[in-house]
Amino acid sequence: MGDLLRVIKDDGSTDPELDPELSPSDAVRLYRLMLMERILDTRMLALQRQGRIGFYGPSVGQEATIVAPALALDAGDWVFPQYREPGAALARGMPLLDLVNQFMGNAADAVHGRQMPCHYVFRAGNYMSISSCVGTQIPLAVGAAWAAKIRGDRIVTLAFFGDGGTSTSDFHVGMNFAGAFHTPTVFVCNNNQWAISLPVARQTASETIAQKALAYGFDGVRVDGNDALAVYRAARDAVKKARAGGGPTLLECVTYRIGPHSSSDDPSRYRDEKEVERWRLRDPLTVYRRYLKHLRIWTEEFEENIEKAIGDEITEAVRLAEVNPPPPIESLFGDVYAEMPPHLEEELEDLKRVRGR
Amino acid sequence: MPVMTIVQAVNSALREEMRRDDRVVILGEDVGRNGGVFRCTEGLIDEFPDRVFDTPLSEGGIIGTAIGMALYGLRPVPEIQFMDFIYPGFDQIVSEAAKMRYRSGGQYTVPMTIRTPFGGGIKGGHYHSQSSEAYFCHTPGLKVVVPSTPHDTKGLLTNAIRDPDPVMFLEPKKLYRAIKEEVPEGEVTVPIGEAKVRRKGRDLSIFAWGYMVNVSLDAAERAAKEKNVEAEVVDLRTLVPLDTKAILDSVKRTGRAVVVYEAPRTGGYGAEISAIIAERAIEYLHGPIVRVTGFDTPFPYTLEDVYMPNPDRVLAGIEKAMAF
Ligand SMILES: Cc1ncc(C[n+]2csc(CCOP(=O)(O)OP(=O)(O)O)c2C)c(N)n1
Ligand SMILES: [Mg+2]
Repeated sequence: MGDLLRVIKDDGSTDPELDPELSPSDAVRLYRLMLMERILDTRMLALQRQGRIGFYGPSVGQEATIVAPALALDAGDWVFPQYREPGAALARGMPLLDLVNQFMGNAADAVHGRQMPCHYVFRAGNYMSISSCVGTQIPLAVGAAWAAKIRGDRIVTLAFFGDGGTSTSDFHVGMNFAGAFHTPTVFVCNNNQWAISLPVARQTASETIAQKALAYGFDGVRVDGNDALAVYRAARDAVKKARAGGGPTLLECVTYRIGPHSSSDDPSRYRDEKEVERWRLRDPLTVYRRYLKHLRIWTEEFEENIEKAIGDEITEAVRLAEVNPPPPIESLFGDVYAEMPPHLEEELEDLKRVRGR
Repeated sequence: MPVMTIVQAVNSALREEMRRDDRVVILGEDVGRNGGVFRCTEGLIDEFPDRVFDTPLSEGGIIGTAIGMALYGLRPVPEIQFMDFIYPGFDQIVSEAAKMRYRSGGQYTVPMTIRTPFGGGIKGGHYHSQSSEAYFCHTPGLKVVVPSTPHDTKGLLTNAIRDPDPVMFLEPKKLYRAIKEEVPEGEVTVPIGEAKVRRKGRDLSIFAWGYMVNVSLDAAERAAKEKNVEAEVVDLRTLVPLDTKAILDSVKRTGRAVVVYEAPRTGGYGAEISAIIAERAIEYLHGPIVRVTGFDTPFPYTLEDVYMPNPDRVLAGIEKAMAF
């Protein structure tokens, strides 16, 4: 269990036993989504610094652990995200413009600017609404999987969380229920080595996070989180097993948070830049490019074209999003309940009166 | 005398008390090397490497173990990074800390101060903005303290740490760096349970805590200029135990009351203040008690400024109270 599952070798060839044998178009799709997330992060952080969005949490370095599990799911499966997986939302079909509108919290945002940036939802892709509260999504994912089992639906749910998330009581609760009820749940822990300023070695005395699964009665798999094919392979196997009635699996994706925790964080206060530099050498995009090169898909020209196309897409989404006004004040009072109760109607009327003075 | 922000006042109180009493320990997420996400514990780990602890990410763990430390005889000061994340520890606070003295007939006690930033004003959306003081005020056995100035922060935190009972120490994060004032080095104490009149006025009393004190003061200045109304602003500073006498003294003098709080209106702690005034001073009132509050919705992101009571809305409340 201590060993890391790896598929892509240093020369870009793959381990024939483990290679998930993606079709060329799927192989490119995986790359494009990872690159999209990388470029999106860079652009959004820049917008944040210019004051054009209020906050951002980048996922640089974690693209493989985010995109690959999402691609291992079927359309009917459900995702219970943490807050660092825009690539998974895009993989589930969320339009980029919806995402950018959410970051801007404007009138076109599906949730009317109610949540801070990076807290989106996309029901059409079974992509659950995001909470800031660490760990709370874990039992929800188990409950939804349990419900699917009760209803006889062959649906799998996948929960994303961080290494910090494994210390929450909700992690324990979720893992325990999943084991006890043998639910079709895949737990994906993005072990990016840090929970804000706390290194994983001080988060837990367990040697690995994967080994925690043992205590709950199911398998834990430790994957090189910067090898997208390894993550994909492990996620696909876990999903398949869950769908076949084999119960839950915990995947520990060992990766690294290259950037700050969020736009409010300054990692130079607590970690050594040398450590970051070491991990940059295993950038998941670089690792994956070697594989694409080996397949004779990747060339400089391929890279230029794809980067340009992604860049243009983002530019266009930002342009379209920025013309939207803020949400109307009425939107404050909607969706608290299915129907607006009288006391909220009164509060809205009061507010309008004061603002109209 | 040094000039301090609220962040610096928190830091100063913690440092002084840790120097004075080696039973004082700090634990929480990112409170060590990072100095807390708001920097309230900055540098403390350097001076007290064995008494400042970065914990795993678990509020239940932080608060539960802090209670255990307090039972054993330490004076833990756990930090909860945002009040919005306190709920995994809520069970420990409500079921254990708050009831320990009572259920053990005083054999065991929990002298612990839970520090946590609360309230809106930093564009933090649902989960970095809420004011959930009412849950704690509703729990017998807990004291609830809310400073609004650097000086009071230092003095009240000092007294909270020395208090024999569990104290919820709620820090208005909007004010963390917004105001500065002179605060003495060394020991500063402010008694828990005493309100303070921040602005004298004869026509009307405003009761508030945390950031809403500042909003009320702005509204009071405008009321004086624009409406010729002199509003008194009372900073409650401690919600439990409440300085009922200060509230009644003020309202009996002015005959009018406006209660301002950020939290959702329904069941907010201002409802308790309104009830006390209605029960014990109704014969002095010229008009209805008016509440200016957050709405009964989750706390929003983009429309934060619309959600939070501002001087305009307090002024409208003042007008309403003065209409009689
Ligand atoms: C219950 C709870 N406590 C504290 C926080 C504040 N907080 C936000 S993210 C974070 C660290 C999370 O670390 P990890 O789970 O490893 O995820 P990562 O951010 O590294 O992806 C903390 C402490 C929170 N959001 N929720
Ligand atoms: Mg982490």
